[in-house]
Amino acid sequence: MSSDSPWDQAILALRLLAIDPALGGITLRARAGPVRDGFLGSLAVLDCNLVKLHPAMTDDVLHGGLDLSATLAAGRVVQKQGLLQGPRPILLTMAERTPPGFAARLAAHLDAGGGPLIALDEGAAPDETLPPALQERLAFEVDLTGISRASAIAPKGKTPRPYPVLHTPAQLAQIVTTAAQCGIDSLRAPAFALAAAKAHAVLHGRTALSDADITAACTLTLAHRATQIPEAEPPAPVPETEPDAGEKTQNTDFDIPNEILLDAIRAMLPDDLLDRVAALRARTGKGNGTGAARKGNRRGRPLPSRAGRKGDDARIDLVATLRAAAPWQTIRRHDTGREGLHIRASDIRAKRFEERSDRLLIFAVDASGSAALARLAEAKGAVELLLAQAYARRDHVALISFRGTEAEVLLPPTRSLVQTKRRLASLPGGGGTPLAAGLQSALEQALQAQRRGLTPTICILTDGRANIARDGSANRVLAADDAQHMARTIRANGVDALVIDTGNRPAEALKSLSQTLKAPYLPLPRADANRLSAAVSDALGD
Amino acid sequence: MTQPFPFSAIVGQEEMKQAMILTAIDPSIGGVLVFGDRGTGKSTAVRALAALLPPIRAVKGCPVNSEKPGLVPEWAGLGSKRTAEKPTPVVDLPLGATEDRVTGALDIEKALAHGEKAFEPGLLARANRGYLYIDEVNLLEDHIVDLLLDVAQSGENVVEREGLSIRHPARFVLVGSGNPEEGELRPQLLDRFGLSVEVASPKDIDTRIEVIKRRDAYENDNAAFMLRWQAEDAAIRDRILKARKALKRLKTPEQTLRDVAELCLALGSDGLRGELTLLKAARAHAAFRDDTALTRGHVRAVAPMSLRHRLRRDPLDEAGSGTRVTRVVEDVLG
Repeated sequence: MSSDSPWDQAILALRLLAIDPALGGITLRARAGPVRDGFLGSLAVLDCNLVKLHPAMTDDVLHGGLDLSATLAAGRVVQKQGLLQGPRPILLTMAERTPPGFAARLAAHLDAGGGPLIALDEGAAPDETLPPALQERLAFEVDLTGISRASAIAPKGKTPRPYPVLHTPAQLAQIVTTAAQCGIDSLRAPAFALAAAKAHAVLHGRTALSDADITAACTLTLAHRATQIPEAEPPAPVPETEPDAGEKTQNTDFDIPNEILLDAIRAMLPDDLLDRVAALRARTGKGNGTGAARKGNRRGRPLPSRAGRKGDDARIDLVATLRAAAPWQTIRRHDTGREGLHIRASDIRAKRFEERSDRLLIFAVDASGSAALARLAEAKGAVELLLAQAYARRDHVALISFRGTEAEVLLPPTRSLVQTKRRLASLPGGGGTPLAAGLQSALEQALQAQRRGLTPTICILTDGRANIARDGSANRVLAADDAQHMARTIRANGVDALVIDTGNRPAEALKSLSQTLKAPYLPLPRADANRLSAAVSDALGD
Repeated sequence: MTQPFPFSAIVGQEEMKQAMILTAIDPSIGGVLVFGDRGTGKSTAVRALAALLPPIRAVKGCPVNSEKPGLVPEWAGLGSKRTAEKPTPVVDLPLGATEDRVTGALDIEKALAHGEKAFEPGLLARANRGYLYIDEVNLLEDHIVDLLLDVAQSGENVVEREGLSIRHPARFVLVGSGNPEEGELRPQLLDRFGLSVEVASPKDIDTRIEVIKRRDAYENDNAAFMLRWQAEDAAIRDRILKARKALKRLKTPEQTLRDVAELCLALGSDGLRGELTLLKAARAHAAFRDDTALTRGHVRAVAPMSLRHRLRRDPLDEAGSGTRVTRVVEDVLG
């Protein structure tokens, strides 16, 4: 029965959702256009009372709150109803721009029995999609981007009323096994598949699950969650299902040959499955990929205002201030006996803005004997030039030097150019090259900075002859190993880096280190500070 | 909404269930943080916790659940002095909660209608002597986190605004859940949680089938399902009550104190909170198992959940801090 065209899939998903709203919802990947409009027109099968949300809505719109104008007019408290009230279908537009906090609120609403949710995802790139926490709670995902023209007819027929549908233990086992074969970890997926299969059975007036129900449900709910192309042999031995009371025989064979079911899912696998998996992996390494947000009070995207003092240099949010003062007017007039508007310090609301995070350049400078001999002075000069540029761009800078047996943070992240220059000038040289220790110290700074909302980039200046291991012993092999290991960790943490070889001859070890870091490698034999800083600027993409 | 999924019906996830039971036995352990992948039953377990908690006695109508009439705050304006049993409060702190809603604020209704100042208690008041649950705790706004840290530290909520000067007790157990992929938790807040558990999806098919089976039964055959599992929940609740009594009689040998201290020293956990929590958790664990003496076995069983979130992060260790704790426990306790 299951038809292969995405449009039919979308309509089928919609009808199943109308039967069982507990399925959570549908993610619809499509650009605005006649196809999407056709689908939206079909939403009438759900209860008509559609709520429309967009990701920039504030909490008082979502959850309700005091209705100020009505309150003042009536002289008693009038609460405004929030949009998230009870089980009403929700339409979320521009879902790919949903911030995690908004997603969490919606997810909590869905968990509490709200919804279902239709998320309109207009994302272009595979990793531009709605937050995983929300995606996870929606049973279906349909991609309508490929379709040029929909046979856009509203789904006919009334929605049948749901009733209990029976399933056999073998059918249940098959659904769970199939989900596992697709590499789906979450247990919501098979739960959705079972519920969808039952809704499908209701749609066709059956009282027990049939093969068609399972196939249709699995293709609809599992295919887009797959993280691997399903293989026929199950990862675990064929499951033994406990015979329930009254069950006649233990059935270890599935009703449908497993191969057929998997074929059906394979047919529905998104073409860009591998890209998606890769994007997902990248995301786990790099946070959510939206760039760290930083809250300031001078510029950027406006956020809800907060109580603030007048003395602060924050900008005052006039409307919010008036709103905060409004309910007090009766009391204050009463207290003072004076007419007019009463505004007090505690009413003042300050504006807050969110801007893209600042960059932090962490310089890890090799001050060992070999480097000192070679070109510590030049490296210093280059760093100074870079500092000047960083200052112009309002970047933050941190300075780490490593020599002897350990690394030292000369300067924690700062914007103070003078301080940095002073520390740099007095940087002594000599001793071994504890490259791994330097990398570790840089990584620690980077992670701290990430937590504070900066975007760190590590800039390593060394001649690459690592000869001190992390435990402080002078062992070349171990030291190189440690450095490689550290580099892998930096990569895994998704911190950008840049390797500058200050040696007289390009060192092979450094090249492989930069490959591990996936960082640009700049060998600079006989380079002066000017060329060095130009190269760095290039590599950083300025 | 129907009743939450029963606690005892949760398949597997033993560590998470154990942590919840321990904090129910001895609330001074300081709450549970559940971190893990999506779809592993984190939220389900926390919501089910409420059914496990024995009821408390509180003054009727008291906004902060005071135990004795003398403790009822003045602003509550309460006439009655009768106490009554009520379920232990488990208060949900939604992500979008405003500062006013958390700490309490002026009662606008009274202000507008009668022109009088009155305090309307917030979520912290309701959570006094109970539990405060934050889902997706790592996404909580910074200023709310600061506020919670402050109150959790002092056990008292102080509201100073617009002529209101109110303080009331706010002692609660923090329970949080979250997905580490979506953001880290600040170390200061991390430290406020007594126990921390990491959950993952079950890997074998049989367990997974059982999960789906029970979920299906819960949704489609609710009455029979609840009947069956509520009895089990009641059994656990009785054991918790018994363990609370046993806890008072339980002796802590000198050797255990030494073990605990050595363990924390070897792990280099910051501060002494680690030791205290580990000891309390081990005692609760022993009491729950009906053992009369505290042994190394008890300490070993609860060491990972009490200590894993107190370690300094070692960027080179990919195995995760849980494994590190287990390794050190083996070294120290043999």
